[in-house]
Amino acid sequence: MTAPTDLRTPLSPEQVEALRAGDSVLLSGPLYTARDAAHARLASMLARGEALPVDLRGHVVYYCGPTPPRPGRPIGSAGPTTASRMDPYTPALLAAGVRGMIGKGRRSPEVREALRRHRAVYFGAIEGTAALLGARVQEAEVVAFPDLGPEAIYRLVVDRFPVAVVNDAHGGDLYEEGRARYQRRPSG
Amino acid sequence: MRTVTAQSLIAAVRDLCIRVNHEMGADMRAALERARGQEESEAGRAVLDRLLENAAVAREQLFPICQDTGTACVFVDLGQDVHVEGGDLEEAINEGVRRGYREGYLRASIVRGPLDRVNTGDNAPAVVYTRIVPGDRVRLSVLAKGAGCDNMSRLAMLTPADGREGVLRFVVTAVAEAGPNPSPPLLVGVGLGGTFERAALLSKRALLRPVGEPSPDPSLAELEAELLRRINDLGIGPAGFGGRVTALAVHVESHPTHIASLPVAVNLDCHSHRAGQVVL
Repeated sequence: MTAPTDLRTPLSPEQVEALRAGDSVLLSGPLYTARDAAHARLASMLARGEALPVDLRGHVVYYCGPTPPRPGRPIGSAGPTTASRMDPYTPALLAAGVRGMIGKGRRSPEVREALRRHRAVYFGAIEGTAALLGARVQEAEVVAFPDLGPEAIYRLVVDRFPVAVVNDAHGGDLYEEGRARYQRRPSG
Repeated sequence: MRTVTAQSLIAAVRDLCIRVNHEMGADMRAALERARGQEESEAGRAVLDRLLENAAVAREQLFPICQDTGTACVFVDLGQDVHVEGGDLEEAINEGVRRGYREGYLRASIVRGPLDRVNTGDNAPAVVYTRIVPGDRVRLSVLAKGAGCDNMSRLAMLTPADGREGVLRFVVTAVAEAGPNPSPPLLVGVGLGGTFERAALLSKRALLRPVGEPSPDPSLAELEAELLRRINDLGIGPAGFGGRVTALAVHVESHPTHIASLPVAVNLDCHSHRAGQVVL
């Protein structure tokens, strides 16, 4: 494996173009959490032509519902949730300027096509490292939909937050490439 | 009759909820360490190293192992010579869950209605399964069940003609189609036989067995070994990044079934498997 690339968020178009499926990346800067309920609201606001409560242009959306912080900490554990549940809403958010997403698991063909069209990237993080990921969060603040509890939109500031490029803007897919290397055809 | 107070049930459930979410079981840790030794993929080994490091940080610094602290699935084996005093059994369990999730800084992940989606704020109610068993003890088992992997679970009403090969194919296909989504390497619970709902429940109960302990029934142990081999031939690997270890173990539980039926259920648990028990 090659050494991880350090990237600051929000991402520039040039940063996204340079990424390839399988690259290890350490993200530093702001991330915005949004999962199922927040996506439903954001998508319906976009459909009605309303302004979003947060300007997500160029930003990375993190599919995460963190645990509550213990006293003295910004946040608790903060790993990714399954991305495919956000697939129905993702093309609209990419069209609205979101440039990256962090989650786990496969994306739909529609999302992968939208990543190519809008020049955006989907990163994978490891859910079972939620404690390590939570420890990389320096600041956390609810910036929209506080009534949603763990599903509210948080603005996180992270430092060297480890992710891997799953789907790049060029059509690459880490899961397909990784599995193809280790799959054994059943004998007989 | 032996008396067990509702207060002691509340305290036991509270403590279990906090413990399983912060302390990975020795069985699960050993299974991840074995997988680390078997994994050929460099990316896969790196994932396993991070999972073990995460477990250590979770325990030492009191971070939950995973941010999805789960649906609290509580299995109660209630001795028939036990009298529960001072409250309602199921309400005591729910109160234990409320306290555990609030006082343990665990996430509230339960909505009051599947369609109105309003968060209950305290992770209650639990999903409770109670069996009346001989004796005067109460065994409480808590499985903090993540939803990402539960969502990838499957059930089929196969027919007797599908047989063993049909069961193998269905289980392996369920894991293949789940791919990276349920956070492999997985613990795969399989419920075989009974009826529609019994197969599903058996597949969940199978996750309570110590990780990697084979079925005491030799033919089921053989089925488990063959399933594990075929699942690990899929190449999905740790976190889905490609590798040899897609499942840590397969546990099969079975029940007699109807002459017309062959129900099979697959319940997946992620690499943050959290289970624990206590006997009162």
